[in-house]
Amino acid sequence: MSIKHHLSEPLLMGYSAGTLPEAFNLLVATHISMCDECRAELASYDAVGGTLLEDCGSAEMSGDALATVLACLGEDTGKTDRRATPRRPGGGVLPTPLSDYVGGDLDAVKWRSVGGGVRQAILETSPEASVRLLHIPAGMAMPDHGHHGQELTLVLQGAFRDESERFARGDVEIADEDTMHTPVAEPGEDCICLAATDAPLKFKNLLARLAQPFFRI
Amino acid sequence: MTTTETESEIAADWADCMLRIHAERDTAAFSRLFEHFAPRVKAFLMKSGADAALAEECAQDVMATVWRKAHLFDPSRASAATWIFTVARNRRIDFLRKQRRPEPEELTWGPEAEPDQADVVALQQESEKLAKAIATLPAKQRELIEKAYYGDLTHSEIAEVTGLPLGTIKSRLRLALDRLRHAMQ
Repeated sequence: MSIKHHLSEPLLMGYSAGTLPEAFNLLVATHISMCDECRAELASYDAVGGTLLEDCGSAEMSGDALATVLACLGEDTGKTDRRATPRRPGGGVLPTPLSDYVGGDLDAVKWRSVGGGVRQAILETSPEASVRLLHIPAGMAMPDHGHHGQELTLVLQGAFRDESERFARGDVEIADEDTMHTPVAEPGEDCICLAATDAPLKFKNLLARLAQPFFRI
Repeated sequence: MTTTETESEIAADWADCMLRIHAERDTAAFSRLFEHFAPRVKAFLMKSGADAALAEECAQDVMATVWRKAHLFDPSRASAATWIFTVARNRRIDFLRKQRRPEPEELTWGPEAEPDQADVVALQQESEKLAKAIATLPAKQRELIEKAYYGDLTHSEIAEVTGLPLGTIKSRLRLALDRLRHAMQ
């Protein structure tokens, strides 16, 4: 897979440090599942965390801490929990972290129409940011919109074009306050994206703006 | 362990403990790892805003998770300290923020289950280099890196705490990262 648009430094560092909102974590984990380059970058941020852990000083544990933990280990011997088993790409469209949230692959997504043939499914995360799946029919433009905060769009199927660039499976578009853009799905396959934002989008078009509170886009 | 051992020999020793825990369910190796890392994990969590009791409970839980998930540790991809850091970070998100932590798909293991020894050694040497590079960062840059990792703070929250403009924070962090990257070449 040839991914051209990658995660930014602050996103990788924030994911490694554990400071991003859950919605962004989901998008980052999904991208890394598809992108070896960002996976390697992440490993180096994690290594910074490991070095800081070695050097952060120590706080004395209670006297019986080791005994307490050792006593619990007995119950776990030989048993590994489900999440500890190495996960395998299932061969579906959705990488594992995403299918965990959806509860299956694309056929399990509970789509809702938002007009113009565009469908979306909001995934449940903590409230400081939101993330949704978008289904945009081939050749269709997304409503023209700008952004209050940061918006990340990860392509899962098909491709879309912005004013100047093309985004295909695995690519991430990073948009901020200054970005006013009109993404258009390419002809051919319908485009499916994962989009995370830390603020509501603002639409230039009045009708779309009126519809926004109802559809949470 | 004697003081003449180099950093990377010590790191190799911790990696060896991890492998013993996985292969032999070796509680002596686990106890050594616990004595070294549990107090560090606890300190790390207290710097993230947990009180002593919560940090203690969470640190115990982190170490139990280390035992349970030892089979996922790959010494050619991470040092023991790095791997324990990722476990601690994830438990911190569970415990302190009560959120799920989506993780990338695991890389599938090839037919050769044993990691290449040359890769393991290379990783240990790189970790040692990184530790030196972080230790020699200018104080202001190092402080921000620490805040970004320990403080459970976003860049904007760091701006509020330190009173530094967001632009300054971002450029200092970038300088620090550039410096680290340069040191690793």
